[in-house]
Amino acid sequence: MTPEPEILRVDGLQKSYNAPVLLDFHFDLRAGEVHALIGGNGAGKSTFARILAGLTARNGGQIQFCGEPYIPKSKRDAESAGVVMVLQELNVIGASSVAENIFLNRLPRRGGFVRFTDLREMARQALARVGLNDLDPGTPASQLGIGQQQLVEIAGALARDCRLLILDEPTAALTNPEIVRLFENIRRLQTEGVGVIYVSHRMDEILRVANRVTVMRDGRRIATHETDKVTPPQLILEMAGHGLPERRHLRREAGGQVALDVRHLSAGPRVCDVSFQVRRGEILGLAGLVGSGRTETLRAVFGAEPSQSGEILVGGRTVVIRSPADAVRAGLGLVPEDRKQDALFLTQSIRVNTTIATLGLHSSKWGWLNERAETETSEKLSRRLQVQCASLNQAAGELSGGNQQKIVLARWLARDGSILLLDEPTRGIDVTAKETIYEVLRELARSGKAIVVVSSELEELMMICDRLLVMSKGTIAAEFLAGEWTHETITRAAFSGCFKPGEDAIQP
Amino acid sequence: MKILSKKTAECTAMLLIWIGLVLLLGMLSHNFLSARTFAALANRIPALAVIATGMTLVLIIGGIDLSVGSLVGLCGAVLGVALLDYHLPLWLSIIASLGLGLAAGTINGAISVGLGIPSFIVTLGMLEVARGLAYLTTHSQTKYIGSEVEGLSASIHGLGVSPAFLISLLVIVAGQVTLSRTVFGRYLVAIGCNESAVRLAGINPKPAKIVVFALLGLLSGLAGVFYTSRLGSSDPNAGVGMELSAIAAVVIGGTSLMGGRGSVVNSFFGVLIIATLEAGLAQIGVTEPSKRIITGAVIVAAVILDAWRRRMHPSNRITI
Repeated sequence: MTPEPEILRVDGLQKSYNAPVLLDFHFDLRAGEVHALIGGNGAGKSTFARILAGLTARNGGQIQFCGEPYIPKSKRDAESAGVVMVLQELNVIGASSVAENIFLNRLPRRGGFVRFTDLREMARQALARVGLNDLDPGTPASQLGIGQQQLVEIAGALARDCRLLILDEPTAALTNPEIVRLFENIRRLQTEGVGVIYVSHRMDEILRVANRVTVMRDGRRIATHETDKVTPPQLILEMAGHGLPERRHLRREAGGQVALDVRHLSAGPRVCDVSFQVRRGEILGLAGLVGSGRTETLRAVFGAEPSQSGEILVGGRTVVIRSPADAVRAGLGLVPEDRKQDALFLTQSIRVNTTIATLGLHSSKWGWLNERAETETSEKLSRRLQVQCASLNQAAGELSGGNQQKIVLARWLARDGSILLLDEPTRGIDVTAKETIYEVLRELARSGKAIVVVSSELEELMMICDRLLVMSKGTIAAEFLAGEWTHETITRAAFSGCFKPGEDAIQP
Repeated sequence: MKILSKKTAECTAMLLIWIGLVLLLGMLSHNFLSARTFAALANRIPALAVIATGMTLVLIIGGIDLSVGSLVGLCGAVLGVALLDYHLPLWLSIIASLGLGLAAGTINGAISVGLGIPSFIVTLGMLEVARGLAYLTTHSQTKYIGSEVEGLSASIHGLGVSPAFLISLLVIVAGQVTLSRTVFGRYLVAIGCNESAVRLAGINPKPAKIVVFALLGLLSGLAGVFYTSRLGSSDPNAGVGMELSAIAAVVIGGTSLMGGRGSVVNSFFGVLIIATLEAGLAQIGVTEPSKRIITGAVIVAAVILDAWRRRMHPSNRITI
């Protein structure tokens, strides 16, 4: 094969939000090549893809696309240059026809009226390119399966004269035959000279479909391999890295009684037959890739998501949890993943945000609020959690992310339940706030609370947890006690569900 | 300190706007600034004021209720039928009216909250149903009742205001206290701000939401009684368009249509502003069509002003 011309070259790309996400990242792509990106959570894959697609701006570094400097200012900008990204969450408009979805923004028209005959013909050609010859372009998109919807998006991308296609976890929602079809389409695109960046966790797929694979870790390129010269274990080693010393954690004698006992919990497609126990005084970590079912497990235990089967025991007694109200009554508390969406009242004061789950304790028998008691509680907790604010009457929306997270935590401290579930408790917050939260969690554990922490930062889990469960594809893949883990063993467990092609661990 | 003064400041601003409006109308019409005008005003507003109180709570949880005007008509009709056709005593007839309002409001709440249907649609349906029932019960005729009900809206001697006015003031105070001093009121604001967060804090938001609709139904019944007593007859057309005046009054008072923010007292000022404007414009001889145009413009201007003032304030610039 003659070497194809290079269409994309990335040098020293940098991006930071609160913390650096991409540091001096290098990448290149040839025409007609599929180049896969692989890496753990927070390695920077998605950020890189978003920069290319014009969804976010870079902070530094060079990008050359087809020999010219490339700085897309918007999605539109990127698309007119020939770079299209098919997102994990599809953008299909269900009520519109397939044809309209493909040519949205560019409907053929005359005098303000859409020319439907032309539209149909154009759509038919575009669909033929992805192998959907039999699909009637007039079908409402909502009638298609997810796999077909995805192909429709890809058809839309190709109809834009796309030269670089970015696929982010394209097979996450697909069935086996759909995956086969997607791969056929990718091959066809290759022969047409389109370059494809393929972001995925599934190693077997990457090795099947990609020509080269780049391993990312902590915002850097660790290595780039030809896919026929590399093995999954080697990739895992590179993803895990061994740079940082594993924090030796003095394991406390977690000999307390079992506080929370989850048995055979199944909920939705992402939690299947999950069982675990947490003891009083223990901090249990839930590790795993994004989408492995960690968040869903926590939410199902808390009653925020319906569960199909399973039993939950709190303090040895079976409890029926059908709603968060049931869970809170049983002594559970949840610090959710998205604090703005699911926890905070942004326009309300710190005081209101702190006491919302404990208004029963801050009111008289007849439901009159005792504002003085509320103020005392939020003052006490703000001091304990070192919340930085002008006054307790400050609106939660004015606080920094770290202080907001402390307020959500304070809400459950006020409640003083026996079990605390935390989902990404330190996401997007500064280092000092992180330290405070870790310290408070340790304190809580010492006082006999049972704590479950979901986090995408392995370092964090290794630092604070007494025990670690690793989830993969909706099941618990491995368990480690403090000190018995390494980056490599955890990473291997996290990817363990991703080896078998398309076999959904989700099947009933 | 700062927050307390912020709330008081908003109230004071509304009061000043109203006083400004009164003075302006006083300059335009020599007869406006008289005891008679204010007595007439006090007589006009009780029905709208109690509805605005309930509507404030409904808007705070992010809902809306379009059926209140029709419920005024229906409850007034039932009051007339109970008194004239069934010869029930006044107190029992009033209880029947209020009970009907409560039931209709509960149905609104149960359907929209229980089945997750937008309250706009459910109450739009109720608007039609209740008006139809009002025509059915009265055979589409206005029934003269007379002095039996008029006492409620007649001035108490030596006080200058009617029992209805005093009751509506009581309702407003009760509404404001409920909103700002009780657990229930706190839940309403929280639900309007972020219902998902309320649920994940372990609180079931549904009962509180249904209660709010039921309460507004009850207050619509009360408004129907006030309306009937003011006219001295039960009119199946009573309260047509009142839902819009109520929403306008509440919005002028600074309550957000998106939920999570509002004040009953400010809604009362909204009612005052609308009623004063209408009375004043009539007095200075503005024709009905022009009156409506001016009122409409004032409503929009008030909301623009409010939005603009809020944008100046950094704490209100938060969007989710």
